[in-house]
Amino acid sequence: MLKEVHDIVIIGGGPAGLAAAVAARKAGVQDILILERDSSLGGILNQCIHNGFGLHTFKEELTGPEYASRYIAMVEEEKIPYRLNTMVIDINENREVTVISRENGMETIQAGAVILAMGCRERPRGALNIPGYRPAGIYSAGTAQRLMNIEGLSVGKEVVILGSGDIGLIMARRMTLEGAKVKVVAELMPYSGGLKRNIVQCLNDYGIPLKLSHTVVDIQGKERVTGITLAEVGPDRKPIPGTEEHYSCDTLLLSVGLIPENELTRGAGVEMNRVTSGPNVNDQLETSAEGIFACGNVLHVHDLVDYVSEEATLAGTNAAAYVQNRRSEGEAHPVTLKAENGIRYTVPQTIDMEHMNDKVVVRFRVADVYKDRYVSVYFDGERVAHRKKKVLAPGEMEQVILKKEELQKYPDLKEIVFCTEVE
Amino acid sequence: MSGMNYDVVVIGGGVIGCAVARELSRFQLKTCVLERDEDVCSGTSKANSAIVHGGFDAEPGSLKARFNVEGNRMMGQLAEELDFDFKRNGSLVLCFAEEDRPALQKLYDKGIANGVEGMSIISGDEVRSLEPNVEDTVVAALQVPSGGIVCPFGLTIALAENACENGVEFRFFTEVQNIGKTEDGYVLETSKGQITAKYVVNAAGVYADKFHNMVSEKKIHITARKGDYCLLDKEAGGIVTRTIFQLPTKMGKGVLVTPTVHGNLLTGPTAADVEDKEKTATTAEDLDSLMRRASLSVKDIPFRQVITSFAGLRAHEDGDDFIIGEAEDAEGFFDAAGIESPGLSSAPAIGVYLAELIAEKAGAGKKADWNGKRKGIVRPELLSKEEQAELIRQNPSYGTIICRCEGVSEGEIVDAITRTLGAKSLDGVKRRVRQGMGRCQAGFCTPRTMEILSRELGIPMEEICKNAPGSEMLTGQK
Amino acid sequence: MEKRELICIGCPLGCPVTVTMDKETITVTGNTCKRGEDYAKKEVTNPTRIVTSSVRVNGGELAMVSVKTKEDIPKGKIFDCMAEIRSAAVEAPVCIGDVIIENCAGTGVSIVATKNVNRGKA
Repeated sequence: MLKEVHDIVIIGGGPAGLAAAVAARKAGVQDILILERDSSLGGILNQCIHNGFGLHTFKEELTGPEYASRYIAMVEEEKIPYRLNTMVIDINENREVTVISRENGMETIQAGAVILAMGCRERPRGALNIPGYRPAGIYSAGTAQRLMNIEGLSVGKEVVILGSGDIGLIMARRMTLEGAKVKVVAELMPYSGGLKRNIVQCLNDYGIPLKLSHTVVDIQGKERVTGITLAEVGPDRKPIPGTEEHYSCDTLLLSVGLIPENELTRGAGVEMNRVTSGPNVNDQLETSAEGIFACGNVLHVHDLVDYVSEEATLAGTNAAAYVQNRRSEGEAHPVTLKAENGIRYTVPQTIDMEHMNDKVVVRFRVADVYKDRYVSVYFDGERVAHRKKKVLAPGEMEQVILKKEELQKYPDLKEIVFCTEVE
Repeated sequence: MSGMNYDVVVIGGGVIGCAVARELSRFQLKTCVLERDEDVCSGTSKANSAIVHGGFDAEPGSLKARFNVEGNRMMGQLAEELDFDFKRNGSLVLCFAEEDRPALQKLYDKGIANGVEGMSIISGDEVRSLEPNVEDTVVAALQVPSGGIVCPFGLTIALAENACENGVEFRFFTEVQNIGKTEDGYVLETSKGQITAKYVVNAAGVYADKFHNMVSEKKIHITARKGDYCLLDKEAGGIVTRTIFQLPTKMGKGVLVTPTVHGNLLTGPTAADVEDKEKTATTAEDLDSLMRRASLSVKDIPFRQVITSFAGLRAHEDGDDFIIGEAEDAEGFFDAAGIESPGLSSAPAIGVYLAELIAEKAGAGKKADWNGKRKGIVRPELLSKEEQAELIRQNPSYGTIICRCEGVSEGEIVDAITRTLGAKSLDGVKRRVRQGMGRCQAGFCTPRTMEILSRELGIPMEEICKNAPGSEMLTGQK
Repeated sequence: MEKRELICIGCPLGCPVTVTMDKETITVTGNTCKRGEDYAKKEVTNPTRIVTSSVRVNGGELAMVSVKTKEDIPKGKIFDCMAEIRSAAVEAPVCIGDVIIENCAGTGVSIVATKNVNRGKA
């Protein structure tokens, strides 16, 4: 079989893939190919018809499809080739990408560099092991969102939502607007996983109660959902007997977390991160396999698409430098980034001090809701940054910018620790 | 209605009903299977351990022992003839305490008496060298190389399709409400009208007592015994390669930990007698107890990777054995009742036994053109890259992947819907091609599969069901 | 003097803001940008929202086109707008910015498309 060859192959035509492609082209790479499994570019933004996207990137508030269309227009303008309805089924460490499609059947594409931009998927009911029946009417929030917004179908009339992630909150409003009765949003944790603005404009505006520290302990209905039982949970997140409350409903939406779409990443044999469920990357956003980069929700789940675009732009630029052999000479000086005491992870996980850009954005999430806490950075045990934050919440991504000139003041630097501190 | 008269009517499209039907299809008999739901394999046959037992557990001389060992021996060849997934992965029965060794020996002796081949008792260290993740507390185990794992949907559906291809009719959405005796057979009142038959096979699972008792004074009584299970991601599937049982002790019968034939990890079942024969709801207590008990056998089972939990109902008869054969006081009425574990393992043997009994009684000869082979749904993942490419060239729908977790293409889903006794619901598709059975549990592929069902069946999206009527996925157009 | 605690929905930061009102003046504290002040003042006097939904497309490559109110509308008008949006339909092709409904529910605000939908292949 004659093998097709491209300088950069981008897996996924959602916000991450599109921004990476545009950046790689701007960095001078001509031969780029975007592979998209759906029938149009834009990824999950196509079904996120609500507004709130783009304030950072475009300085205006856009809906998901509008945000996507801006990047699609850039890709079209740059005449970057893309293939739709094309599913990547395998990537190996030699950057051979196996794809399958109606039109071309099965093909293997040799990539100079690969950018992983497959996004994320929703956690299913099983991850929670909710007891009860298994009737129709249990949807992950994103599946319901697609059926409603793309296909124009109604998934239910009386709804309970478990999980207060942003998709759950957005769907609470969406279904209310479409005439359904959303009875309650329940959240296992003592805080919401979604953005505060979404609690205000999706729940409070419509008088939908949010029950924190609550979970679904039973699902009723043999064929279609007829009701669920909610119970309060204690500090151990186990249901407290005697707190059960019954809700009749025909639909249970689950918005219980997102997880990077990591099958292909894993299949490529790269080093994975247990906390993010994405790959470990260095400051170039390059995985442990040379020439395979990752960005967006396949790397770690983001809260805002604007940050996805920003991260993807960096991945595209770096992948371009890689295929153009522009990476500077010199022996690597790897520095490990560690997350401790209230910080769950950092992306990237390592920085090469020798080859790093002037600035590296380190993104992270915290483990709990903290008020008036400091985010601190230690270089080999010495505190170099100490910044007070009024509120830190797991639902919101945080960032610290590291400057090369600061790092270079520590010529033997081995480890950078990120942590929260009470004072 | 002349079309509603049969030589044989089989009540129930579970694995037993389908096995009997497939064997009956060898004979010149007009046979029909009645199924309450929209598809075969929608009761006990769909929610069980998916194990082909060795046959060491049942009491020597019991029907369970006989049909289990026979069924186990038949399974390999049947899997080839009917193209379903079966693997003889072997099983181990773990013994956790020195004082339980006599019980382990007793199990071995029962196995010998039942005719189970190749068994041995091995030490705890030998166990751990075979299965490194088995708990350190294990002191010995019964090793049973003939134990296997099977796809229960694949087995049942293959039997049904082969029966149908050889002339057996299947009537779905047909619930039997009453059975009366006639001069030369039986008349069955059903939700779809009256059906007459010279012979009736009662393969109605947890409801077999109800039908038996309609025609016989020798009453039987079946209790629905619920078992909860947890199914784990394929990533956890390699923790053990054999089926790991626990030696029954005074603490209870124990739960198993096993890879499935498709590479997931399955743990279960619990045992709770339930009043309601429809009660397939899992409970928090049972799931917790199951996870706790499974952890006694195997170290560090990653229960974070549970992708779904489910419950099945075993049809436990008070006499604690299968009831198979013609009812004493109801000539022509053949029971396959009380078929709890090892029912799945026994199904092929029960099918042969009952079909031959009936054929002999009816004096029916064999069909000349009977074809015992059935071709399963083509699975591109099992083909070479070149063969896959060729398949997509011939039929481009194999190039559209619908279920990304399990790598299921549109071509496979269309085949599942349009073939003999094709799928009519999302669950029907799932059981045939595993669409939606992976780690995202149909989050991604549900809308797409619904569209394909709608197109191929020529029904609007609003009528697409998860399984039986009443399980509509949608509540209308927006 | 009346005090109200709000969460600004102007951007994803979600700043907690305090609005103090007496007869003549409204003062806003806690906001970190101008948008916060504007939002808070509006929220206590005439709260408004952008409404997004989708409208059926006839003859398009997709069944639905996503839409929004071109500007924010009074909160009290949301369901009136939705009633008009839900009964609307549009012929393909549709381009981003195309007006789907003019002066929706008497708000003076139009409903515009937020997605391009080409004609279907059928």
